[in-house]
Amino acid sequence: MISGKILYSYTGIFDTPDQIIHATEKAVESGYTKYDVNTPYPLHGMDKAMKLKPSKLGYVALVFGLSGTLATLLTIWWMSAIDYPIVIGGKPLFSFPAYVPIVFEVTVLSAAIMTVVSMLFFFFKLPNNSHPLHGTEYMKKVSADKYGISIQADDPKFNESSVKKFLESVHATEIIPIYWDEEEVNHKNKILEPKFIMFLIVVAIITSGVTYFSFNKLMYMVPFNWMMDQPKLSAQQQSPIFADGFGMRQPVAGTIARGSMVYQFKGQPDLAGVKLVNPIPISKESLALGQVKFDIYCSPCHGYNADGVSRLRGQFPNPPSLHSDKVRNWSDGRIFAVITEGQNTMPSYSSQLSFDERWAVINYLRALQRALNAKESDVQ
Amino acid sequence: MSTVDYTQELSVIEGKPPLRELDDLISKPIDAKPTKKFFIALTISGSMLSLLLIGLGLTFYYGIGMWGNNIPVGWAFDITNFVFWVGIGHAGTLISAILFLLRQKWRTGIARFAEGMTIFAVMTAGLFPLIHVGRPWLAAYLFPYPNQHSIWVNFDSPLLWDVFAVSTYFIVSLIFWYVGLIPDFATLRERTNNKIKKITYSIFGLGWRFSNKHWQHYEMVYLILAGFATPLVLSVHTIVSFDFAVSIMPGWHATIFPPYFVAGAVFSGFAMVQNVLIIVRKIFNYEHIITLDTLEKMNKIMLLTGSMVGYAYAMEFFIAWYSGLPIERFTFINRAFGSYAWAYWVMISCNVISPQLFWSKKIRRTIPVMFVIAIFVNIGMWFERFVIIVSSLSRDFLPSSWHLYTPTYVDLMILIGSFGFFFTWLLLFTKALPVVSMAEVKATVTGSQPSHKDH
Repeated sequence: MISGKILYSYTGIFDTPDQIIHATEKAVESGYTKYDVNTPYPLHGMDKAMKLKPSKLGYVALVFGLSGTLATLLTIWWMSAIDYPIVIGGKPLFSFPAYVPIVFEVTVLSAAIMTVVSMLFFFFKLPNNSHPLHGTEYMKKVSADKYGISIQADDPKFNESSVKKFLESVHATEIIPIYWDEEEVNHKNKILEPKFIMFLIVVAIITSGVTYFSFNKLMYMVPFNWMMDQPKLSAQQQSPIFADGFGMRQPVAGTIARGSMVYQFKGQPDLAGVKLVNPIPISKESLALGQVKFDIYCSPCHGYNADGVSRLRGQFPNPPSLHSDKVRNWSDGRIFAVITEGQNTMPSYSSQLSFDERWAVINYLRALQRALNAKESDVQ
Repeated sequence: MSTVDYTQELSVIEGKPPLRELDDLISKPIDAKPTKKFFIALTISGSMLSLLLIGLGLTFYYGIGMWGNNIPVGWAFDITNFVFWVGIGHAGTLISAILFLLRQKWRTGIARFAEGMTIFAVMTAGLFPLIHVGRPWLAAYLFPYPNQHSIWVNFDSPLLWDVFAVSTYFIVSLIFWYVGLIPDFATLRERTNNKIKKITYSIFGLGWRFSNKHWQHYEMVYLILAGFATPLVLSVHTIVSFDFAVSIMPGWHATIFPPYFVAGAVFSGFAMVQNVLIIVRKIFNYEHIITLDTLEKMNKIMLLTGSMVGYAYAMEFFIAWYSGLPIERFTFINRAFGSYAWAYWVMISCNVISPQLFWSKKIRRTIPVMFVIAIFVNIGMWFERFVIIVSSLSRDFLPSSWHLYTPTYVDLMILIGSFGFFFTWLLLFTKALPVVSMAEVKATVTGSQPSHKDH
């Protein structure tokens, strides 16, 4: 507990700018170092009178501006050339000219914010509403139309009477001593004050409540419908537009949709063997597709080489080799019928393989068969 | 020959008012209870604002189909309003930053107000791209943030440059404005006896104590901010013009767009600032702070930028002919004589012809006349953006897709409402904050600076 008035400084008030400049020059001459001049607006030539070094804030702006430039360039480069490269308009992945506007804007933004933040919070150590000069008659005057100098008590050359004499010698119109505010000096900030904790709890409840409500409830209320409400019909929906009340339409009589050709030889594999002709010529593409599909759907039981070497280790009956004379002499259509309808324990593969894919698998199977029964003419 | 002594700086403020009187005058609108006039003005702007709210409500509830936009005219009133309002903002930054760097002291009386207008104009402008995207609550998608789609924004797109330019412009203008306000908050803090006001001003004034050690850094920072804001303001409307110029639409794909847009922005911005200041100086008795000389100088800038805009119109036509592109030639002939010819001629007469009256000194110094001319300039500049956007889009490359645009009542509500939004903020500003910078004005009064006679 500190009691009694503690002197902070002696202040002198002046009426004209010329007087304050003169007083400041004299104060510097007299060797005072811990003093300050307070004026309602910046006075020309005061920096010189106070012998202040030029402000270093320019360097702050330079450093933060350049780091903004660099960080933005690197970020954009990483985002558009490394993390998710997309070619846009035929431009290179890192197209510098297009980035100039954004790099410039971020440079200005980071420099402006950081310069002001460093000035206010690091250079000036603001906010500071508990400075001894606040709430004094002196501050009232220098904030409006007077000019003041304040010589602090912690100056090594400070001496109450000599400072008073000095201020009189430079013709100060008023001399006011400034004391530390007793209450403020003795005030101890307690973090665990019940009031403060209550405040924190209220803030926490309100923030989390508002966040929960807006992200989980509000965003799903009308009109925030997330494009769910669309003027279109889904399958099986009713529609008053059509006489039959169905949203879905039947195809025009006697037509079928593309790629939905009906298999005409159900239960007649031998007829299929005669009538169906492989429409897909053997080509690199068709063999490649056939291999992929064969390896996925056929090879687990038939083996990669169609020799009946199953990978299922007896969990499913092994099929016979497809290199038998029977299968080699089957027409493509006959094999197609087996794939489409299944045979014995083999199920139908019509839902896994499209028409074209079935033909491609057959082409590939023919290549496998030929590989195991190569004739001399094949070698040439 | 006139005999002006150029070695002596002319005073910005008429007469030599005591500094305390300036404080009293500037803080009077804040201290006094709002008058009847203020409430009438607030009612009018508030009614206009409610039109905006209804228009936006209809748009959000029923969707963008409430507007007259169609394909191919996908940009209509919304983008016209956006460009118009961003342009209004540019005068404020020009006055506060560029004229500061050029040591034009006459700016001190109007700088604070013009900066405030910048902020409110950019806020108004910012509404339009947001509502134009259709689902403004998803506007965060415009920024590159790590998201569950694991995809980034398109940095090659002028529309993204726009997002960065306008948001940077808004933030930097706000910082610039606030830094200028800190000493004034401190002055107000010392003046007031009201407890709530004192606490509020203390919070915003950050405990500023007019120390010269602070003033030194403060002036440096003000200079740095002005230095940044100057290229920034030029870049913002340049980037806005890229929204058009980078596309291949006939009538948009022109290299003249950036300077032409910047000149147009300053032009319309000065017209708006001049209009509002004429009213403010009358109502608050600031005739000797915002002097007739200042208004005359603003009119001169309007004459200059208006002529630049007129030159750009002529040059666009010339280049359309000189390029030899039939589609480009058609676009410009269509502008002057096509379906939107009336809008084109409104633009020409308001923007090119009316400011030419400012060649006469008498008109430059007659307040009612300059007020009317400035209103015309704003009408003309709004139509300029309308002509550029709608006439080009409605007659694009494919005649089969041509379609005319007619605004709906919702479009008009939003347009009128945007003025209500802007003026409501402006009115509240005049009652909440000093509309003239006290510290800056005091520093420019005759005799307020040391004479340095003894040096």
